[in-house]
Order: sequence, then structure tokens, then C-alpha cells
Amino acid sequence: MTATSAVIARDHPNDPLLRSDRFPHILCPGCGIGTVIHCYVEAMAASGVPLDNHVCVSGIGCSGRAAGYVNVDSYHTAHGRAIPFALGIAIHKPELRVTVISGDGDLTAIGGNHFIHAARRNMNLTVVCINNFNYGMTGGQAGPTSPRGSITSTAPKGVHDRPFNLPDLARAAGASFVARWTILHVRQLRDAILRGLQKPGFSFIEALSPCPTNFGRANDLGDGMAEMEVYRQRCRIVQELPGFDELDIDFVDEERPIAVGNFVDIDRHPYQPVGADAFDNVPNGTQRVHHPVGEE
Amino acid sequence: MATIRTNRQPMDMERAHIPQGEVHVIPERCKECGFCVGYCPEQVLAFSQEINAKGYHYPVLAEHKEDACVHCGFCNLICPELAIFTVEIARQGGSGSAGSQE
Ligand SMILES: Cc1ncc(C[n+]2csc(CCOP(=O)(O)OP(=O)(O)O)c2C)c(N)n1
Ligand code: SF4
Ligand code: SF4
Ligand code: SF4
Ligand SMILES: [Mg+2]
Repeated sequence: MTATSAVIARDHPNDPLLRSDRFPHILCPGCGIGTVIHCYVEAMAASGVPLDNHVCVSGIGCSGRAAGYVNVDSYHTAHGRAIPFALGIAIHKPELRVTVISGDGDLTAIGGNHFIHAARRNMNLTVVCINNFNYGMTGGQAGPTSPRGSITSTAPKGVHDRPFNLPDLARAAGASFVARWTILHVRQLRDAILRGLQKPGFSFIEALSPCPTNFGRANDLGDGMAEMEVYRQRCRIVQELPGFDELDIDFVDEERPIAVGNFVDIDRHPYQPVGADAFDNVPNGTQRVHHPVGEE
Repeated sequence: MATIRTNRQPMDMERAHIPQGEVHVIPERCKECGFCVGYCPEQVLAFSQEINAKGYHYPVLAEHKEDACVHCGFCNLICPELAIFTVEIARQGGSGSAGSQE
């Protein structure tokens, strides 16, 4: 074999956006969380918002480690409480662009109520949910997004319950921007986070991401690449928000496509704290303007 | 992520600028996930024979692919470890055609 070495480097051009002194990070080989962090920092740099005005908030879990690796003001909060913590910042300091990066368990199990009510009130937040279909950090237990038929440490014969359909949930609760991508769709994922950062109100981006150590191992997806191949083979890009059933991720029916895309992009009045002028210029609460969501 | 191959020569082929990238790797950060090697649209990358301090093989340039990188940036963005990136350089060999055309 006559492969030649690439140029050996010591630093990465995006290192200033990260706490690169903590690299290599603790996440497993083939885990997708690092890719989501990478997409977030690139979106942050492209957002036009000065870095000093970005804030990143995470809950607990492997995904919750995100806040520990980005080189902006960041907070690692209690399990399930990333959104209420972030809301406090966003309301008190509206000049800051607050992003929540956390896991499916953190945001939609223990933190589920915060999630729907922040969307309902169209709070000025960008929420990136790293959905690896299980509780990665604590040993691969089933959570609200574990697909039907998938094996987890608490469902050794396969999950029976229907999972949460997060884009549909976010849309129904009132989010202004809703997208789902996988970490294989890196450019679209970065651009969706960027759209979220630039949009007032509640933006929700679901990032499907391999957890080879727990979800993968239990489901014969031996490494990160095996789960990436599932995404490559099964993902179908759609433009409008598909029906509830079409959005379902199913591990029993392997032919079933996984719908990804920027599904919702509308203007609704974002949350305003109650004050003397709180209801000025707010025609009846909601004003819907559709932005066409294009295929990337 | 497949490369688009076409028999038809685009009309502006002569003028089209296909960038060339120089691949940079930080071996000690790599965890051998394979995302860059597996999904580079020009199959530029392969794994090293050597291992890094943690025992992982890291990306090197595959045989005959030394000039094939088109600086698309995919390997950079998908790498969960920020262990690989490319820098645009003046195209070597002058033809201006990308690796996918060979
Ligand atoms: C109040 C509380 N309950 C339970 C836990 C245990 N715990 C830690 S992380 C976690 C779930 C993490 O799952 P997820 O949010 O999907 O993150 P992942 O590790 O999969 O990225 C749980 C239940 C805790 N830390 N605190
Ligand atoms: S346990 Fe799963 S989610 Fe956690 S770092 Fe490892 S692969 Fe990633
Ligand atoms: S920049 Fe694109 S073409 Fe070059 S090595 Fe990376 S993925 Fe391959
Ligand atoms: S994507 Fe990064 S960590 Fe994975 S093999 Fe390539 S350089 Fe190594
Ligand atoms: Mg999880």
C-alpha cells in the first residue's frame, strides 16, 4: 500500500470556537454528538451575532456535554432543566442568542413539559435535540424516542410503545421553525441551526445521531458507520411537514423511510414579558407568514 | 452522498473552477469512526497503517488520490473530533478536472 500522509496539523481552524484544550473529548468513537457540536459552532460563527452574545445551555446526558465544549458562555444545568434555565437568560437578556443543546431523554422525557410550553409561548430559543433513541449516558435505557421494535437495556424484547414524533410535537406546540436532519446531512444540519439562530421565536432542530456504544450495540449496529448507513439508505428529504405516521421512525419495518427536512418555517410573534407595552402591535396573538422551505 | 456522474459535458466545463484541497489531519484527535473515509465524495481518504497514542488508525491520502481532494469541506464538518480539515491550494497538474472525472 502506498498511501501518503496528509499534512499533519496540531490545531483545527475552528478551535477558537471550542474549548479545544479539552479535546479529544470524552464521547465514544462513532458517537454523533461531536458532529452536532461542530455544526453548532459553525452556525454560530456564521450567524452574524458576535460570539460574546451567544449562550449555550445543556442538561444532563452525553448530549448534555455539549455546553462543556463550546467556547462561549455555557451552562451545564440539572437533568431536564436546560430549557427553563435558558428561558431565564433569554428573558432577562434579550440581546443574547440562547441555544439549548441536549438529549432526547433530557428534553422530552424529564424535560418534556418545559419543551412543549416553551414552544407554545414561542420563546426566543433555538433548541437542538440530539436524538440517539436512548439514554446513552446511563446505559442505554429506552426513552420516549426509542423506535418501536428497537432493543434497549430496559426493553430486551423490543420497545412496544409508540415513540414521540418530535417534529410533529414541536409543530403542534407552536414552534416557528422545525427541522429534522441526521449527522450524515451535516450541511443541512448546520444550515438549519443557522436558520434557528437567525429567527425570532422557538426553533427546534432534531439531529438524529448514532450511539454505537448503547443503542447501536443492542440493535446490531456495531459502530457509528452502521447507523450512518441506516440513515443513508432510509432517509428521504421532504419539504412540507409530513403526516404523523410518515414521520414515525420504525425499526421493525426496515423499508420504511425516515423523513428529514426543514418542515416548518413561519413567523409568529415571539414571547414578550408582560409589561406596559406587552400587547402593542400584537394582532390577536398570532400572525402566520409562511417561508417556503426549500430542499437543500 | 454519491458523486454525480454524467456523460454529458457541462457547457461551462472549460471555465468551471474546481478547487483543490490539501488535507490536514490531527492524528491524536482521531477515533477512527470512519465518517470521513467512508463518505468523502471523491474517495480521497484511507486509514493509516500506523496507530495514534490511543490505538486508532487515522486518515491518510489513498493511493493515487494525492491530488483528488476538491475542498468540499465535508470531511471537516462531519468529523466529531475536529481532527481533519482541508485548505484550498492552486490546482496541481493544470487540467482543472476533478478526481471524479478520472
Ligand atoms: C434528576 C435526574 N434523574 C435521572 C438522572 C440520570 N440520568 C443521567 S443522564 C440521563 C438520560 C440521558 O439521556 P439523553 O438526554 O437522551 O442523553 P444521551 O446520554 O442519550 O445523550 C439520566 C436519566 C439524573 N442525572 N438526574
Ligand atoms: S454512550 Fe452513546 S451517546 Fe454517550 S458518548 Fe457513547 S456513543 Fe455517544
Ligand atoms: S474536502 Fe471533500 S473531497 Fe477533500 S478529502 Fe474532504 S470530503 Fe474528500
Ligand atoms: S471523521 Fe474524524 S474521527 Fe472520524 S475517522 Fe475521520 S478524522 Fe478520524
Ligand atoms: Mg439520548
